[in-house]
Amino acid sequence: MYLTNEATGIWATGLGQAFYKSFIQADRWKLYVSGLGRTLEVTALALLLGVALGVVTALIRVAHDQQRSNRVTVSGVLLNLGNALVKVYTTIIRGTPMVVQLMILGFVVFQSSRNFTMVGVLGLGINSGAYVSETIRSGLMSVDRGQMEAGRSLGLTYMTTMVHIVIPQAIKNILPALGNEFITLLKDTSLISVIAGKELLYAAKAVAAKTYDFMFPLLGVSVIYLLLVILFSWLLGMLERRMNISDNR
Amino acid sequence: MITVKHLSKAFGGHVVLSDVNEHIKPGEKVVIIGPSGSGKSTFLRCLNLLEQPTGGSIIFDGQDITDPHTDINKVRQHMGMVFQHFNLFANLTIKENITLAPVKLKRMTKAEAEEEAMRLLRRVNLEDKANAYPGQLSGGQKQRIAIVRALAMKPKVMLFDEPTSALDPEMVGEVLEVMKELAEMGMTMIVVTHEMGFAREVATRVLFMDGGNILEQGTPGELFNHPKEARTQDFLSKVL
Repeated sequence: MYLTNEATGIWATGLGQAFYKSFIQADRWKLYVSGLGRTLEVTALALLLGVALGVVTALIRVAHDQQRSNRVTVSGVLLNLGNALVKVYTTIIRGTPMVVQLMILGFVVFQSSRNFTMVGVLGLGINSGAYVSETIRSGLMSVDRGQMEAGRSLGLTYMTTMVHIVIPQAIKNILPALGNEFITLLKDTSLISVIAGKELLYAAKAVAAKTYDFMFPLLGVSVIYLLLVILFSWLLGMLERRMNISDNR
Repeated sequence: MITVKHLSKAFGGHVVLSDVNEHIKPGEKVVIIGPSGSGKSTFLRCLNLLEQPTGGSIIFDGQDITDPHTDINKVRQHMGMVFQHFNLFANLTIKENITLAPVKLKRMTKAEAEEEAMRLLRRVNLEDKANAYPGQLSGGQKQRIAIVRALAMKPKVMLFDEPTSALDPEMVGEVLEVMKELAEMGMTMIVVTHEMGFAREVATRVLFMDGGNILEQGTPGELFNHPKEARTQDFLSKVL
């Protein structure tokens, strides 16, 4: 009995010390906070890049699929070329592991770059773009064909009808899916630590390297990721409910 | 006003229109009837190139619109179209639905377009719906708005693609009423419909289509009372 208590006590003290070393000693909590900041920054930048890539590639694919004229035109040839490129892009990105893509970018393509975090952002953005592209494409395709026909029958161009009629309606279908992409991306940012990109997991690994203890740093960042995901899922749910309300007007 | 020469249209190997020839003069009210699958809607949709013909030519106002060098967007500004399923822009208010094209295509200033929209809305007794969204309206109201939206471009010809087919029976009358008024004001109209009463009353000429071609045509009196073709007689005996 005495022995057991003694052992538990030592273990508890050991845990306490490990916790102290992982978060409090030498103001190490500041590393996590700045890591968290970097993670949010990387997520936002990568999502921005992903959405930009996704919008362009989705528009190319939809415009290609919707061209109905069988005449050979310059824009038609360009669209075919663009569509082929987009297909190659999405196939490669969705068909290979993201870690491998990041490592190729970090260790091969930008071998000499020291800005690991930005290389990570680029890798995440390029990866995300391929998935966002499909999300946006299905959102655009879900808008009734009659909307485009009505716009064109009035003499509006394809682009004008897209911008003023189809895209605004598609956004309602796309936004919730984009929110999910944001949450996935938030967790995937941890992968850029393999190419020395600085974010939350990088901070945890840096602390562990000093304290020789992995448990608390890893548990700590897990809790932070979890809280972030819960927070953003909740915000996303609110957004979706609000959009449904405007549907029932 | 519109001359159709040897028009043909096939979807893949499926021929929908074969060698259609027709001439429509200004002020005519042409009603196209026929069994489903006869190519009526496809014919109408070829007239403003919503369907790309696979052969033949369509001359509108002296311009061959099937010529690749023709700016089809310019041509469509003068051809209004009303759809079976209304196709009002779901993300815009009624007023915005009507003013979008005239303003974007620089036919009117925003103020002029809004004034014109209100004037047209008053004509169909829907001025109180100007700030409503399409989702809040009944089918009959939507279709009257769709007609107004097309009229706001001041078209030379109006194409109607089964404008009452998707409506509840009690709403058909209000839409036909607007179309009749339009006809009385001298608008050139081409109407695909199953409303034989409307055809009798308003049409200057009725075309009977079957199997991708115009089988028979004449004034409503001729076609409805003395159809020559056996196929026309058969069709009319079923719908009248």
